[in-house]
Amino acid sequence: MNLSSSKITEMYKTMVTIRKFETRAKELFAAGRMKGFVHLYIGEEAVAAGACANLNPDDFITSTHRGHGHIIAKGGDLKFMMAELYGKSTGYCKGKGGSMHIADATKGILGANGIVGAGHNIAVGAGLSAKYRGTKQVCICFFGDGSTNQGTFHESLNLASVWKLPVVFVAENNLYGISMNQSRHQAVKDISDRAVAYNIPGVTVDGNDVFAVSEAVQEAVKRARAGQGPTLLECKTYRHRGHFEGDPATYRSTEEFKDWMEKDPIPRIEKFILENKVLSETEMKALNDSVETELDNAVDFAEKSEWPSLNSVVEDIYTDIVEEVKIR
Amino acid sequence: MSKMTYAEAIREAMRLKMKEDPNVFIFGEDVGAFGGCFGVTGDLIKQFGEDRVRDTPISEGAIIGTAVGAAATGLKPIAELMFIDFVTVGMDQLVNQAAKMRYMFGGKIALPMVVRLPAGAGISAAAQHSQSLEAWLTHVPGLKVVYPSTPQDAFGLMLSAIDDDNPVMFVEHKALYSYADEVDLNAKPIPLGKADIKRTGKDLTIIATGKMVHEALAAAKTLEAEGMDIEVLDPRSLYPLDKKAIMDSVKKTNRVLIVTEEVKRGGYGGELSAMIAEEAFESLDAPIVRIGALNTPIPFSPSLEEFVIPNALDIVNAIRKMK
Repeated sequence: MNLSSSKITEMYKTMVTIRKFETRAKELFAAGRMKGFVHLYIGEEAVAAGACANLNPDDFITSTHRGHGHIIAKGGDLKFMMAELYGKSTGYCKGKGGSMHIADATKGILGANGIVGAGHNIAVGAGLSAKYRGTKQVCICFFGDGSTNQGTFHESLNLASVWKLPVVFVAENNLYGISMNQSRHQAVKDISDRAVAYNIPGVTVDGNDVFAVSEAVQEAVKRARAGQGPTLLECKTYRHRGHFEGDPATYRSTEEFKDWMEKDPIPRIEKFILENKVLSETEMKALNDSVETELDNAVDFAEKSEWPSLNSVVEDIYTDIVEEVKIR
Repeated sequence: MSKMTYAEAIREAMRLKMKEDPNVFIFGEDVGAFGGCFGVTGDLIKQFGEDRVRDTPISEGAIIGTAVGAAATGLKPIAELMFIDFVTVGMDQLVNQAAKMRYMFGGKIALPMVVRLPAGAGISAAAQHSQSLEAWLTHVPGLKVVYPSTPQDAFGLMLSAIDDDNPVMFVEHKALYSYADEVDLNAKPIPLGKADIKRTGKDLTIIATGKMVHEALAAAKTLEAEGMDIEVLDPRSLYPLDKKAIMDSVKKTNRVLIVTEEVKRGGYGGELSAMIAEEAFESLDAPIVRIGALNTPIPFSPSLEEFVIPNALDIVNAIRKMK
């Protein structure tokens, strides 16, 4: 591992921001301030932070229903994200998308996605686009273990491989497809084993070790930019919360949960940072405080923002057509 | 002007746009050296190379989904599905992704993509290669749906479809591919949402789409001998729809027959019929008549297939009953 102190601090800050953003979302959802479905990324922060640390601003990502972490790691604005979770007009999607559909094309964020496995194809399209236009852009496609049983997984890895596209497929194996343990939903233990079928590198790393993730993604991105095609990288991790807020996750044993809490990626990187004097305790506290302040501002922004105007409901369906709003 | 087929007209429109804009490219199953299952892409690979006329594996979901990702990041893909029936395989990518991304993302993304969809019966291709599924597509906000009936319309609509910044479903009738007519390759693009009166008349309006336009014109000719003056209106674009042209025609003739090749139940003809009944009921001198295919899968046997699909005689008989 050969990471500068500033890079380590950047990854740590990303992880802390995700953890605190998600914790706020959890509390605000419980308090009834936001509706719908919220799928939290708590426990998986090292994957998004380690992966996106290797991307340039013009690189792409595709995300999932559990997308807040990816969006934050790719530079998403917390105010616009929070406002979108509230459904306010100032949100990333003007309140039309919500938690599962946040996107920011200006930052290469091609969207969270409510359909499991749908991001794979879109990532291939972005990869094809980069190759066709002759840029050095890459696309990281984030997805869960559950989505690797969708046909899109196979179609996309096959296509990306046969066309040698600059796509890095990052499987976040959190051991559960909703309530179903991986051992019950697929016969392989390591998702990366499937890379053999596409004649591409398949790598498994500890997804709660941000340095391991970063190192593996660095290699995959290098390969992608060099025109050598995609990589399938599996990051073994665990979500601390249920599938969505409100899911008590009774399908997981207390022992399993406790075991994974021991591997929480944030205390791990904090220990490393303090032991190696990347930051002092005072500096670490200051960093945490600054994130809290940023989140206070984001929540305040969301709370004070206006609801979308009813007329806006027919806008943004097409670039050039706005249907009439009819009183029924 | 030069005489060319419907298939050639589509190809020439694509050729023109590919020459103009390096970001326009074609991809799909066997579109390259093979020239497309129905020969529509033809020799384009010789002119533009295999990166711009790109063969794909048999993966319809990936074809549509890749078009979405490419369109979202600066390209203008034209995806060919070999048969409209195969859209079922990529329906998530079309309905949940392509159609909704712009809206879900608050208008901050545009998807300039065309999906070419060879539709329709008449070649004994049986139930999985003969359907007319345009009503499924018109049901989904976010998609535009066009359906040319002549080579000139195919040419002009394809130019507009490629220029459009939204996902355009380009429905082509495969029994029309070999239909030839004069085409002006210097003609302006036909705006999406502009109907065409294929025949002017004052006694009754037939609204027809795709191949049924030709059946309607044949029926009109037969009825002319009986002293009826029939107008034939081809919407050409199902969404956006040229409502004004339809209402103007209905108000002029006061009688309407709608004929589409789709299975009648749940077809787009029903939408047209309901719209006219809701908004122009007072202009009507007779109930609207709607003709569609029988509510069956498309059978293989030529005699059965012919029975299921509407034709000019069905239209003539229906109009005689309307008198």
